[in-house]
Amino acid sequence: MNPLMIDIPPGGIAMPNLLSRYAECTIWLARYMERIENLARLIDVTETFVRARSTSTGWLSIVQINADDERFFERHAVASEENVVGFYVIDRENPNSIVSIAHAARENARSLRPLISTEMWMHLNMFTNAISALGPTDIRPSNLSALCARLKQDCQTHHGITEGTFYRDQAWLFYLIGRNLERADQITRLIDIKYHTLLPSVAGVGSEVDIGQWAAVLRSAAAYHAYRRTVPGDMTPAHVAGFLLKNDGFPRSLSTSLRQLHWAVGHLRTDYGLKNGYAAAERIEELRATLAEQTVEDIILRGLHEFLDWVQRELHLVQGEIARAFWPPAMPAAAAHPDPDPGLSQEQSQS
Amino acid sequence: MSDSGSDFGSAFGSDPGQHDAQQGPGLFVSYDTPDFYCELMNRRDPAPDSLTLIRERLAHFGLTELRQRARVAEADLYNLGITFTVYTDRDAIDRILPVDLIPRVLTAAEWDHVERGVQQRVAAINHFLWDIYHERRILKDGIVPAGLVLGNSNYRPEMEGLDVPGGVYVHINGTDLVRDGAGNFLVLEDNARTPSGVSYVIENRHMMLRSMPDLAAGLDLMPVDEYGPRLRRALTETAPGGIRDAEVVLLSPGIYNSAYFEHVFLAREMGVPLVEGRDLMVENGRVFMRTVAGPRPVHSIYRRLNDDFLDPQVFNPDSMLGVPGLVDAYRRGNVTIANAIGTGVADDKAVYAYMPRIIRYYLGEEPILSNVETHICGEPEGLAYTLANLDRLVVKPVGESGGYGLIIGPHATQAELETFRASLLADPANYISQPVIDLSVCPTLCEAGVEARHVDLRPFAVTGESTWVLPGGLSRVALRKGSLVVNSSQGGGSKDTWVLAS
Repeated sequence: MNPLMIDIPPGGIAMPNLLSRYAECTIWLARYMERIENLARLIDVTETFVRARSTSTGWLSIVQINADDERFFERHAVASEENVVGFYVIDRENPNSIVSIAHAARENARSLRPLISTEMWMHLNMFTNAISALGPTDIRPSNLSALCARLKQDCQTHHGITEGTFYRDQAWLFYLIGRNLERADQITRLIDIKYHTLLPSVAGVGSEVDIGQWAAVLRSAAAYHAYRRTVPGDMTPAHVAGFLLKNDGFPRSLSTSLRQLHWAVGHLRTDYGLKNGYAAAERIEELRATLAEQTVEDIILRGLHEFLDWVQRELHLVQGEIARAFWPPAMPAAAAHPDPDPGLSQEQSQS
Repeated sequence: MSDSGSDFGSAFGSDPGQHDAQQGPGLFVSYDTPDFYCELMNRRDPAPDSLTLIRERLAHFGLTELRQRARVAEADLYNLGITFTVYTDRDAIDRILPVDLIPRVLTAAEWDHVERGVQQRVAAINHFLWDIYHERRILKDGIVPAGLVLGNSNYRPEMEGLDVPGGVYVHINGTDLVRDGAGNFLVLEDNARTPSGVSYVIENRHMMLRSMPDLAAGLDLMPVDEYGPRLRRALTETAPGGIRDAEVVLLSPGIYNSAYFEHVFLAREMGVPLVEGRDLMVENGRVFMRTVAGPRPVHSIYRRLNDDFLDPQVFNPDSMLGVPGLVDAYRRGNVTIANAIGTGVADDKAVYAYMPRIIRYYLGEEPILSNVETHICGEPEGLAYTLANLDRLVVKPVGESGGYGLIIGPHATQAELETFRASLLADPANYISQPVIDLSVCPTLCEAGVEARHVDLRPFAVTGESTWVLPGGLSRVALRKGSLVVNSSQGGGSKDTWVLAS
């Protein structure tokens, strides 16, 4: 049992009427806040890579990992730092930018205002206002690291306020589902970015630069110290990827996120009798089994990128199962998305 | 607050030196001795001790201090999202309703009078609505012209013969009041559809107790926190017969509605789900909401949606906001809708003129709260009086709102008066006339200092098995000098309304 979650009273709390729309908006609120945090982490680690290698191809990898190539190159000729950072932080036309995602998070929160705490709303409101006010000078290279740090901290503040004030009922479980779905998805992207960045030049594998970059990946996931403490010996790609994918103690690892995801879906059934989640639960179980059955060396041998891609597709299907179970297609999709055509399938233009 | 459109519709004449003004020290040192009834500084009756205390405490505030507190309070409201939202193509812009930190104070005696008056008015309106949708005695007896009611655009034939639980049509009523030069409360308008603004009453109080704790300390103010539970109780009491543990919901047009904050606020205060049309469905004449556990029955709906949008099968077929089949479920008695459909016929400007007679007809009592003196031009005496005094009256067409097509006698040229006289004679039944009112004022923090600004008052009444009136109500203030328009869209703000318990 996860210590974070044992505070739900046995048998759940009698509150039978969570609107489907609330469930949907809750999942998206959690996902978007988690997504902003991870985007900030991605930008931060890319900045580190680029600085170390004095190359600009690093910035292209964020675009590729988010599958935004088409949209990006419609607007920019080159993937320079200025263009990519602008595109992902302050560009309102880009639905995957932090300003667009923050706006979508707030619109979902606005729908959820009857449910969420005043503190949650107040913080989100101030956070979104601050992001809306960001301009070109805020994303200059000299300010970028501090900006990423601030964004991460604001997202963590959101998590903290939510943890401390959000009422523990079905909505809380949906919130955890959203958070862990997104966290699982994003850790695969963070690992993948390292591979993308290095693909043009295979020469550096195992070199000091390479190790330095794996350390940067760990740091950007807030995993460096935990890794050092628990994985003795040389820092190899397999060790680092293994830690981020399979370490059960690290809160942002794929295995931890999947375990918590499974737990939350399971408790919808056991505590609230919401049996519809079984299809999603089965899919998560298969995903967990596939991850557990292989060593990280197996995964790398078969292709790390392909594995990460497969995980992202599976997570997308899990989201689809949850949508089918709890807000059936008879209903028009309700949650606010940064993308102009909301629907079940537009979960991510990233996948 | 889109439906808060009470245009005072009257300019004011002044009668300098009518009252004894009290020049105050400190904050009020430059306060214009108002020619109007000032609720704080220039009352006609001896003020109770607690009011004098408030006045003295206020006088000791510095202007700089008050401005500083006002800035903090505004930032607070903004961050808390106590806002109405204006949507543009690209953005959601949250605006606050400006709140003045100098409260509007009502004495216990004043409140007792207003409360009884509002209760009486709500009772009469509910009797009237039952009657016109059933026996129409008041029309047959010639008290109110039948054409005025049956030809009214807000009359809903769907309501004919339908018995609503408890005979309650208007569960939530907002009565717009003004005070004249003598301090008398007068009803300017009834709001019997979906009156808004109550959330600001309660949030203003929270804000005032945060911002001005030293002003409120030790005063016995009547609380405003009970509104949510009272409303829920009323909606439970008027749920369809035989339902225990009625499921109550608040039906909102959604986050794009400018009053969405208030919908959230009320849903939270009542502890009921805030639903949108797409969250509800009707099956076999029963209403359900879509939950993660499947459809769940709904029994009482507090709707913040106009009649037109409630059910595309009956009203506006293009409406995406409503619930197909809702009116059928309603007519079968399976669900309560609050306020009932078709209440707009009771708060119409033309019907307003008849309200004193409606009160006498159903209740056999004299109205406790007077209307603004209104002459019905459709009646010979009213027309004669209006024609004889055209240069001293405000004349309004009954079908219009928002101040269109009216004439303010004292401000009109001779030629304008003559043109208007011709229109009036051509269709007298379309007009009412009222005297120009000296609206009361309150000291208000303005750019140049503390100045007198005109205010109105909207008390909110909640009716289930009985009628309860929230102590105080929304005091709206016209922030522009001399302006009588209190609407938020036109530079209006609000004040916390303090009702002294003794």
